Amino acid sequence: MVADVTTSPAVGAPSGDPLLPRPFRVVDVRRDTHDTVTMDLRSLDGDDLRFAPGQFTMLQAFGVGEVPISVSGDPARPRALTHTVRDVGGVTRTLCAVAPGDVLGVRGPFGRGWDVAGGAGGDVVVVAGGIGLAPLRPAVLAVLADRASFGRVTLLYGARSPAEVLFGRELERWAAGHGVDVEVTVDQADPSWAGRVGVVTELVPGARFDPERTLALVCGPEVMMRYVAEALTTRGVPARRVRLSVERNMRCGVGLCGHCQLREHLVCVDGPVFSLDQVRRQLAVKEL
Amino acid sequence: MQTVGDLLTAHPFFAGLDERLVRELERCSRNVHFHIGEVLFREGENADRLLVIRRGRVALDVHVPGRGEVVVSTVDAGEVVGWSWFVPPYTWFFDARAVTEVSAVSVDASCLRDRCDADPVLGYMLMQRIAQVMYQRLQAARLRMLDLYEADHGG
Repeated sequence: MVADVTTSPAVGAPSGDPLLPRPFRVVDVRRDTHDTVTMDLRSLDGDDLRFAPGQFTMLQAFGVGEVPISVSGDPARPRALTHTVRDVGGVTRTLCAVAPGDVLGVRGPFGRGWDVAGGAGGDVVVVAGGIGLAPLRPAVLAVLADRASFGRVTLLYGARSPAEVLFGRELERWAAGHGVDVEVTVDQADPSWAGRVGVVTELVPGARFDPERTLALVCGPEVMMRYVAEALTTRGVPARRVRLSVERNMRCGVGLCGHCQLREHLVCVDGPVFSLDQVRRQLAVKEL
Repeated sequence: MQTVGDLLTAHPFFAGLDERLVRELERCSRNVHFHIGEVLFREGENADRLLVIRRGRVALDVHVPGRGEVVVSTVDAGEVVGWSWFVPPYTWFFDARAVTEVSAVSVDASCLRDRCDADPVLGYMLMQRIAQVMYQRLQAARLRMLDLYEADHGG
């Protein structure tokens, strides 16, 4: 019997004043796609930034602005703070242009994460779309670090095109060496692509997992998450065991400013990860 | 040794179909295999069969002037290729190509239509399944039109 799970409390909590950014130096930058980079940061004050998979930080380019970015690194290696950032303009454009040696401000980590450990004893299905794979990477790494505690592990990933698939080599490693069923589908491709073409929701009906004993972790565009959640519950995964990472204009990170309010929830402290039964109604409201 | 009827019975597309109806379909069916890169059919050709994919992956391609071949969709094991056989003028709308080694049951379209005409129960059962496939593909196509992953958020 798999215990019911709730989203994890904030395992990683900001040290010091959560409203003051800590300086972190960029130590490595890797270009993932034409508009996405992954960077490793190291704190200048020497303290590691411990985080739970699914948490985010407020990442600041000094003099430009601050944005919420999920941690995409390995929770077992907190010395390096890893973020994957997509250039969608504004602050993210500056962040995507950083080079080793640059200094950024970091507040956090904030919020509640995926609570991967709560799914132990059952199957895990990870469903990601686009940049949504980045916040799920720490969850996958946490599962793989304790692989024997989980049953079947499945990762379903949708991207626009083969060139925009994130962490491609890592996906291959997870499939080849860690017993993860990885299925990648893209919206468009030329005939050199041997993978699937279609939307990620189409992968759910054919995926192999035991629905009642499955913890499902979903991150991507909200429309995608709605339909994936529907496909998962249609398969029989209980709504309380379907987790979604919700983005809502996080600013302060500590529940003070109210910018990220989603009805009764403040996403920065109650989320960003919610169970489907917590947010199902809100996701269907157009004005929220 | 599995018969073609056994292969049809084991396929998700025909799940729950009465044994008698499967045997009727069997008379229209044969086992086929395609090698990697082999073309199953081409756009504009006579849509003369329903392909029930048992193993492998099939790509549906279209030639776009200036862009070359574009894959519009893929069909995997457990799914079926094609409903052009079912809608006049019975011509394929896309090319189909084997991405991997593909094993399938090929159901002759003319035979299939004749049997559906002669046996409305079989026709209805089959149409239910085809409608389900069409519904899923239509929903998927609509979602893809949204270009969901374009600059959704920064991370």
